[in-house]
Amino acid sequence: MEKIPILRMGEFLLVTIQVDMHDRLAMTLQDDLTNRISETGAKGVLIDISSLEIVDSFIGRMLGNIASMSRVLDAQTVVVGMQPAVAITLVELGMSLQGVRTALNVDAGMELLRNSVNGHEASEYGSYFH
Amino acid sequence: MATTLNHKTSNLGSIIPQRRDAILSGWLRDMLGSTRRTDLMKESELQTQCQQFLSLLEKATSQSTNTQSAVYEPLREMLSDVSRTRALQGFSARETATFIFSIKQPLFTAIREILGKDAETMADEMWLTTEIVDGLGLYTTEAYLKTREETIRRQQEEMLELSTPVVKLWEGILALPLIGTLDSARTQVVMESLLEAIVQTNSKVAIIDITGVPTVDTVVAQHLLKTVTAARLMGADCIISGVRPQIAQTIVHLGINLLDITTKATLSDAFSIAIQRAGFKFFRPQKRESAEEK
Amino acid sequence: MAVISTETLKVVSEADIVTVRRCVRESAATLGFSLVDQTKVVTAASELARNTLIHGQGGQMELATLNGPRVGIRLIFEDKGPGIPDIDLALRDGFTTGSGLGLGLGGAKRLVNEFAVQSRVGEGTKVTVTRWK
Repeated sequence: MEKIPILRMGEFLLVTIQVDMHDRLAMTLQDDLTNRISETGAKGVLIDISSLEIVDSFIGRMLGNIASMSRVLDAQTVVVGMQPAVAITLVELGMSLQGVRTALNVDAGMELLRNSVNGHEASEYGSYFH
Repeated sequence: MATTLNHKTSNLGSIIPQRRDAILSGWLRDMLGSTRRTDLMKESELQTQCQQFLSLLEKATSQSTNTQSAVYEPLREMLSDVSRTRALQGFSARETATFIFSIKQPLFTAIREILGKDAETMADEMWLTTEIVDGLGLYTTEAYLKTREETIRRQQEEMLELSTPVVKLWEGILALPLIGTLDSARTQVVMESLLEAIVQTNSKVAIIDITGVPTVDTVVAQHLLKTVTAARLMGADCIISGVRPQIAQTIVHLGINLLDITTKATLSDAFSIAIQRAGFKFFRPQKRESAEEK
Repeated sequence: MAVISTETLKVVSEADIVTVRRCVRESAATLGFSLVDQTKVVTAASELARNTLIHGQGGQMELATLNGPRVGIRLIFEDKGPGIPDIDLALRDGFTTGSGLGLGLGGAKRLVNEFAVQSRVGEGTKVTVTRWK
């Protein structure tokens, strides 16, 4: 069965979602990520969705779940690269993805993660809403 | 006598070929006045349209008198084109409809010449013809109106786009001055402009200035909230500036929940905050020591 | 309303939801929808297809491309599932909750121009949506 690869970069995990996931694949990703965080003690997860042209309520909930579960395991999650059309649609759908940090791209996301891990909250207000 | 029009057949199918030239010249002559608009359309073009219409009419009427039936589809298509073109060329609604209606007189003349001896048949035919021409005339007017509506809608969209400029204030900081009412159509355009700008300028902070928004009620607040949420989903934070005391009162009064969006009275206050959030610091260089800038 | 073409897809598995998305995307793109409008209608289709699968226990979607006088896409989701007991409740959802635990009908409704739902408890549900270009 296909799986979405999870890369490890130091104390962070990096996931790039490039396929139109069917529901089961999304659930598998959720499980895999949580396991990997636990195994590796990762401090942060960066999810790159810049290739995703559709984010419906199921995927939205998946992202929210990942963020919540990671937090329980003491890791930060940042979702990067949401396309404008996707953002507009999600908002219309009524999903605000509360509890999920976001950044414009991988660079910005990594900076966010590094700063939050190092406790330098000052330079990133980011877009974190509780 | 009952008029069961759909079951009666029109004789136009045989009348038209007998008097084609006369009908055409009569029709063109009748349109001479205001509807001809030679400034908008060449005479040869008009003649071609009339000829085409007449032959299509001849074909259709020999099969049915119901202008809404499938038999009349070719005619309706032609009229759609004609109306559409005329609407875009600048003809008025009356001028466009008169193209059709002015064919009545020449048709009646032809009917009288051919069926004149039988008063009853002639009367029936004239009535049928009136019904057919009226039906086609109405269709033409509807098609004309639709084109005008499309044009107006397109112009409105263009105006909306022009009225939402996004300004880059600093590296990574955008400003979006909103002017005028914020309805749902406008909000869509605003969101698209803002989000595109965020991507293109790699901005982390957007200041939405609502000084130019006359009223802020729950609906407008919802639209603002949508815009801010969309920007956040992409990783950019928003600050709302231009919040006048009256607006602050309205927001509290209506119990509008702006979540944790920062709001400021002036653009410059918002800018200070934006600078911090974007990770910058401003120094005023000391006169004596060498300056450390940023 | 002139229907250019219709297509019927089965919605009985998760893979079908992906097919639905792809199919609606192709049609919308071919008709020249803007990117945002494409995304909206495909997302709505995804939501409704999932409903049909999970709440409706499987069904089908009919996709019709419309052209005359307006250009658009019409989707009809039908199932013979348990039906929706309280449609008004199903359509209601707050903008900021975003928990998405409901049927997602309210959200999908905001993504399309026309929305109609017929449902009978014990017989099934039919949702018809249209997005104009």
